[in-house]
Order: sequence, then structure tokens, then C-alpha cells
Amino acid sequence: MSGITSALQHHHKLCDEDFAGAEEAAHKGDWTACAAIYDKFRNEMLAHFSVEEDVLFPAFEERSGMVDGPTQVMRSEHVQMRALLQQMDEALLQKNADDFGGTAGTLLIMMQQHNMKEENILYPMCDQALGQDGDLQSRIAAGLNV
Amino acid sequence: MQPGLSFEQAPPISVPFRFFLTAPLFGMAAGLLLLWQGPAAFASRWTPVALALTHLLAVGFMLQAMCGALLQMLPVAAGANIWQPRRVTHLTHAGLTIGTLLLVAGFLSGTALLFRIAVPFMTISLGAFALIVLIALFRTPAQGPTISSLRIAVFGLIVTIALGATLASAFGWQLALPLIEITHVHAAWGLGGWSMLLVASVAYLVVPMFQLTPPYPAWLARSFSLTLFCLLAAWSLTWLPLQRPAGLQVALGCAAALLTMVFAVVTLRLQGQRRRKVTEPTLLFWRLAMAVLVVATFAVVLQQLNPGVEDYAGVPFLLGVLLMVGVFMPVISGMLYKIMPFLNWMHLQKIGKPGLVVPNMRQMISEPRMMMQFRLHLAALILLLAAVPLPWLVYPGGVALIASCVWLEWNLVVATRNYARFSSELAARLAAEQAPSPQPPSQGRG
Repeated sequence: MSGITSALQHHHKLCDEDFAGAEEAAHKGDWTACAAIYDKFRNEMLAHFSVEEDVLFPAFEERSGMVDGPTQVMRSEHVQMRALLQQMDEALLQKNADDFGGTAGTLLIMMQQHNMKEENILYPMCDQALGQDGDLQSRIAAGLNV
Repeated sequence: MQPGLSFEQAPPISVPFRFFLTAPLFGMAAGLLLLWQGPAAFASRWTPVALALTHLLAVGFMLQAMCGALLQMLPVAAGANIWQPRRVTHLTHAGLTIGTLLLVAGFLSGTALLFRIAVPFMTISLGAFALIVLIALFRTPAQGPTISSLRIAVFGLIVTIALGATLASAFGWQLALPLIEITHVHAAWGLGGWSMLLVASVAYLVVPMFQLTPPYPAWLARSFSLTLFCLLAAWSLTWLPLQRPAGLQVALGCAAALLTMVFAVVTLRLQGQRRRKVTEPTLLFWRLAMAVLVVATFAVVLQQLNPGVEDYAGVPFLLGVLLMVGVFMPVISGMLYKIMPFLNWMHLQKIGKPGLVVPNMRQMISEPRMMMQFRLHLAALILLLAAVPLPWLVYPGGVALIASCVWLEWNLVVATRNYARFSSELAARLAAEQAPSPQPPSQGRG
């Protein structure tokens, strides 16, 4: 059973993978490798947020009528994660391993608890509310392929 | 299902922090008691000193930190809202803090009156905590192995409290009860049916989350808690004063220990497969705890298979040190080093506004300071285990335990002070930014 959100769920794992790569490279002081993986990671994260905010959440809100509910909380957590990414950009630019590592550690928990809420609660609600919608599914897939 | 998901119901930061800052104090007290009593502390598990030591660690340190973490975690991670969070916090914190003092003073002085006060006081405060948490856990719309395991763990806590209250009543009112049998069952529920199940429930969530490991195998996450609970329940029944089926008791005891060993081995394997390669203090604390859990469960099996070994007083001390100092205290320390910095960061976020940079988690407690406590704790564990054959080592062991707890407390105090410092800095920066241009603040909410 692949619901509408299964591509987003897989995408979480991809982001995790690249997060780990960037963090490890920074820890080793290999800033060239770090910049390359981090750039990929950052683009994936931002694309993921956009797909949710521009495609999935509006569809869910329209269908369920829940405008001020969980999607709003997810949006505000996206704001917090975007701010953390900005701090990581800064740390990468300055090659500051301590700031990069500390912010990465903070982002990791933020990201994981966010994914957990989405995967356990919000995505199942979306799958239930939206059913099988081919158009929506392909717009999600297109948004994630950057 | 409730339409409004309770994502944002995090309690005020002072709710969990008061528990976290109190717990290490009781660890220090346990170390001091060890120094005061020396090798006499483990002459037998039935001495008042041994009972006082056990409760300083099990209630004063472990349960204290566990309750604080649960009050924080339930609304945020489990969507389970606590009824009257402030009152429940005051009552539970008082129950744990004053309750531990009453119990320890009661054991050490042998004063029945102290137990008569402790029984209603602790039963009401801790019993209310357990019931309120249980209700919240049954009302949450969230699902998954963590939620179902937490429910079972809280049942285990209720059994532990009920048996503890029975024992304390026997001391307080000189009731003729089979104290030794009830004590065995009380201890098994406290360590296995509550603490172990709580650690497992939390592990399903945080082991993959902190280190990006694969998830726990579904068969384990689904069945571990319920199976351990049933094994413990069956084992407890064999202690009823009927004809005691000795063989069955040993078999059930071994099965429970081996099942727990499986959990520890699986956790170690998952951590070995982690995608995140950066090693942090929290990971080291967890790995130490799981490695010691393998040893401890092996020791339980050996003890079950060799009935005479009970008479050797070193065995209960060895098991107690392995489980409390070697498993639960490290897990708790490792968790506190994630929970407190993250809570600091999360609450500071609420003060600021988007664009205002909040210090990251590593700026709340520095990693070298956490590592130092890890080393001190490891030293305490090794020395206390070595004190079984070489009793004089209890002195350096006690000193190391005190040092580990002082270091832990200091790290937590630093985190608390950093929270206060950063929040006033943020507020000042926010005020400075708004002062020059008296325009209305933009809609910054996401």
C-alpha cells in the first residue's frame, strides 16, 4: 500500500543519509567534501519543505478543513529548521567545525522529531483524507526531484 | 480522534528541570553513605544500609529523573497531555524528594513512624502520577511500539508502588507479612517491569533518532514489553506461599533475563549499524549501559541456576551495581545530555523571532565536560564491581560515584544557567532591534 505520502517518507531517509555524510566530513575537517554533500542535503531539505508547504499541506487543508491544525505546526518547524540551515551555511563558510557540529546536532533532533510526527500522525491523516490522487502524487514526485 | 494534535503542549522548562537537578543529589548521597559505611554496606542485601542505598539510587536518582523526563516527553513525543501539569509536577517532585528522604531515614534509624508517614505520602503522590500518566497514554491518538510499551511500563510502576507500600506498611505497623518474598518481587518489578520497560520504550524512539540507526526489528518492538511483563507476572506468582514450584521459578527468571539480554544485544547491533559516524557522549553512555546489561542479565541467569549463590552477600551487591550504576544511571545521564540542551534550545526559540540566532545545543553543555563525567562514572562502576572481591575498593568507588554525580549536577547547573543567560541576552537583543524603529513587528509566525 503506497499512499500519497510514501515518496515523502522515503525522502526523509535520503535527507538523513546526506546529513550524516556532511556531518562526518565536517568532523574530519574535510571541508571540500562537506561543502559538496551539505549542498545536496540543503537542497533536498528545502525542496522537501516546499513540496509540503505548496502541494501537500494545501491539498490536505482544503480536503479536511483543518487549517490551523498540525500543518501549521509543521510549517513553523520548517521555519526553525530553515534558520538552523542558515546557521550551518554560515559555519561552513567560516569552516567553524564547532558551530557546524553543534548546529548539526540540534538540527538532527529537530528534524527527527519532526519526521516522527509527520510519519506517525500527519502523513497517515493525509493519506486517509486524500486517497489515491495521481496528479497530486506526480506533483510531489516532481517537487522532490531537484 | 481529536482533531487538534497536541504538538505544542510542551510544559514550562521548570517542570522537567527541577527533577533533573534533584536526581544527582541523591546519587551523591548514595556515595557518601558508601564512604560512611565502608564494606559493611554490602555485608548483606537485608541490612538497613543496603536498603537505604538501593532506594537512594532507585527512587532518589532513577525514578526522579525518569518522572521528569516522562512529564516532558509525553505531550511532545507521544501527544499525551497530562492533566493539571503544574499540580502533578509539584506533587510528584515532593513525593519523590521527601519520600526518598523519609524512606532512607526510616531504614537507617529503624523508626516505624517514618514509614507510617512515607506510606500514605508516597502512595498518593506517586500513585497519582502513575495513574495520570497512564490515562494520558490511553487517551493519546498516537500509536506505535513506544506508546504501547510505555503503557505496560507504567503498569509495572504501579505494581512496584503497591508492593513497596505493602513492605513499608509492614515496617510501619509491624505487620506479619512474608517480607523476603515480597521484597524479591518488588525489586524485580522496579528494575525489570518498570525501569527496563521504560528504557526499552524510549530506546525504540531515540536509538534510531540520535544515531540514525535502522529501526528496531518489528517483532522485538512489538513483543518485548508484553512478553517481559507476562514472564515477570508468572514469576511473581511462583512466590505465592503455596507449594513453591522451584524449577518453574528458575525457568521463568532465566527466560526474563535472556529476553532482556536479547534486547541489549539488538540495541548494540543497531548502534553498530548507525549511519551517523560522529561519536557523542550520549552514544557512549548508551553503549556502556547496553554492554553492562548483557553482563548483568548473564549474571542473573547464573544466579538463578546456582541457588546457593544467594547466600554469598556479594551477589546482590554485584547485581545492584551492574543494573543501577552500570545500566540505568548511564542511560539517564546520556539522555539528560540530550534532553536539557534541546529543551534549552527549543524554549529559547520561543523567546526569539525568526532571524534571531539562538545558541546551538553544544553551547549549552560542552562535550568535553560530558566526557569527563562519562570517565568518572566508568571509574565508579569498575571500582564498585571490584569491591566485591576487594572490599576496601568501596572507598575509592564511593568517591568516584560522588565525583560522577557532582560532575553531572554541575553540567546540569551550567545548562540551566546558560538558559537563563541566553534568554536574557535574546530578550535584550530583541528589545534593541525593536527600539530604533517603532513600527509594528512584522508577522513573523510561520
